[in-house]
Amino acid sequence: METFGIWLAALLTIGIISFLYKDNVLYKACESIFVGISAGYWFITYYWDNLYRKFYLGVTDMDNPHRFFLWIAFALGVMMLTRLIGKIGWLSRWPLAFIVGATAGLYMMTYFVSNAFVQVGATIKLPPDFGSVGSYISFGMIALGTFSGLVYFFFSKEHKGVFGGTAKLGIWFLMVTFGASFGYTVMSRMSLMLGRLDFLFGEWLGMIN
Amino acid sequence: MIRRLFGLLSGTVIFLLFLFPTNIVAQDEVAGDSLSGSESAMDTLLLKEKTPQPPFNIVAEDVDNDAGEAIKLSWDLSPDDFQDGNVKEYVVLRSESAEGTYDTLGNTTQGIKSFIDNKVEIGKKYFYKIAALNYEKVNYVYLWNANSESAVAGPVVATAQWFNTGRIWVLLTILFISGAIIYFIWGAKSGKSFYIRKIAGIDEVENAVGRATEMGRSIYYVPGIHDMDDVQTLASMSILGRVSKMAAQNDTRIDVPVSRSLVMVTAREIVKESYSKVGRPDSFQDEQVRYLTDDQFGYAAAIDGLFVREKPATIFLIGAFFAESLIMAETGNSIGAIQIAGTAMPAQLPFFVAACDYTLIGEELFAASAYLSREPKLLGSLKGQDMGKALFLIVIVLGIILQFFDVEMWRLFEVR
Repeated sequence: METFGIWLAALLTIGIISFLYKDNVLYKACESIFVGISAGYWFITYYWDNLYRKFYLGVTDMDNPHRFFLWIAFALGVMMLTRLIGKIGWLSRWPLAFIVGATAGLYMMTYFVSNAFVQVGATIKLPPDFGSVGSYISFGMIALGTFSGLVYFFFSKEHKGVFGGTAKLGIWFLMVTFGASFGYTVMSRMSLMLGRLDFLFGEWLGMIN
Repeated sequence: MIRRLFGLLSGTVIFLLFLFPTNIVAQDEVAGDSLSGSESAMDTLLLKEKTPQPPFNIVAEDVDNDAGEAIKLSWDLSPDDFQDGNVKEYVVLRSESAEGTYDTLGNTTQGIKSFIDNKVEIGKKYFYKIAALNYEKVNYVYLWNANSESAVAGPVVATAQWFNTGRIWVLLTILFISGAIIYFIWGAKSGKSFYIRKIAGIDEVENAVGRATEMGRSIYYVPGIHDMDDVQTLASMSILGRVSKMAAQNDTRIDVPVSRSLVMVTAREIVKESYSKVGRPDSFQDEQVRYLTDDQFGYAAAIDGLFVREKPATIFLIGAFFAESLIMAETGNSIGAIQIAGTAMPAQLPFFVAACDYTLIGEELFAASAYLSREPKLLGSLKGQDMGKALFLIVIVLGIILQFFDVEMWRLFEVR
């Protein structure tokens, strides 16, 4: 059975990689298997995780003082299904509106604090080893990069003159960051590819001990 | 005389015969007693020497600015708490009555003098003791241990606060930005016009849709792999509304393959509405917006297959993307489609910049809907957000200058 599993995994891996050559029957088969199995897998996961564990176990737990709130979520879920019934299909917009509104409100604080507020604080805080040449350069780069980057994301003022120059500096900072990030991520993808090759030549073909 | 000597000798022998064995046993017993007595005394002495003095000044207080979910304990270290001293750790004990049974709540290592109890119920009284513990153990088995407990601290009750005073600056900043947004929205509604700088990626949307029309091929719009609870997906839906409207006007097919059921429902509503707005409700088919799979790479594999087989003229990759970004963008590039991407995921932006024709970087994605629609509400909102950025720019400059005068302005930005 284990051998069968290894052969199946190897053939599926080759099937997906074959896309690099061109679209072919093997890739189409692998793609369909992948999409079908994963869709089924997530359906089962959502059923057990949400409907059974969170809802069913939640409402039947008499010690849970908040169990009645779960019925509201259940009702919103049922309302989503009204799309299948033409006349009352408009009801499905309510849970959508609830999700969008509640999420926007909930995340407003989280995003504002973590993506803006704390970042500004960190930019103006001197590093612990401030005083060395390296720390001057590091602090200066962070401050200048943040400042010019923010200027680039100004939409209501035309980017020309000193303002435009600063915005251009900002986009340079962004591009250098992207370049570094690109190289770093490509290296991590290489390790993923090596993992697959290791599986094919090691576990499957036994050419690597 | 001889009889007297004999009598004395025999009497002595008999005396010795009776006494000697008894004396040996007695000596043994005494010796034994004394031995065990001396060991026990030594152990007791040793243990006494190794027993640490307890910590003192135990303070138990409700944690401020929380929802009544924690009590903070602090204490002064035991006098025996120093390098190679008698304290190995402190054990936190809790009870619901001063004289009741104290259960172990947790422990801290030597030298630590605070502990947060986050297993409390609002309104319940708690009493605490801190025990200083010394021990020797081999392979997790105690050879011996000795501890001493502090005086009782308490009762303490955990209470909830309505306002987190540690976030007052966050509130003030949000009020400032919200106020600016509302002010500029009013301004825009009363007819004031606002300038918005050119965003190259958005300027090209119309051309990209037009290209698909001219080539007689379809448009693919990929809204990322996150659900409707992500602001990037929300922004993407807003742009989808504009793109699908242009496509409907040109009578060009737009396909929206999605990876989340809620996104499918929302996108279907939006595209359908766009077709209705331009007077072509019958041209819309539900299959144009279809669900593939929730799985990240399953979704990427399916999208790649669709790109290669359908060969769309224009591809939009706008929303939240992860490791699948380059797989999709590279495939789109290989079929010669014009690609406009947009995401706020910093790690994926480099791939879009490399493989796509135009990329909306970070906040440009959120500004795009205002840019496209030119609606007063959105324009005012964008202007208001710029005021927020201006505030942050001022704070950055001021904060750095003040640092050199030993004024630590960054402390205002510490959020608890």
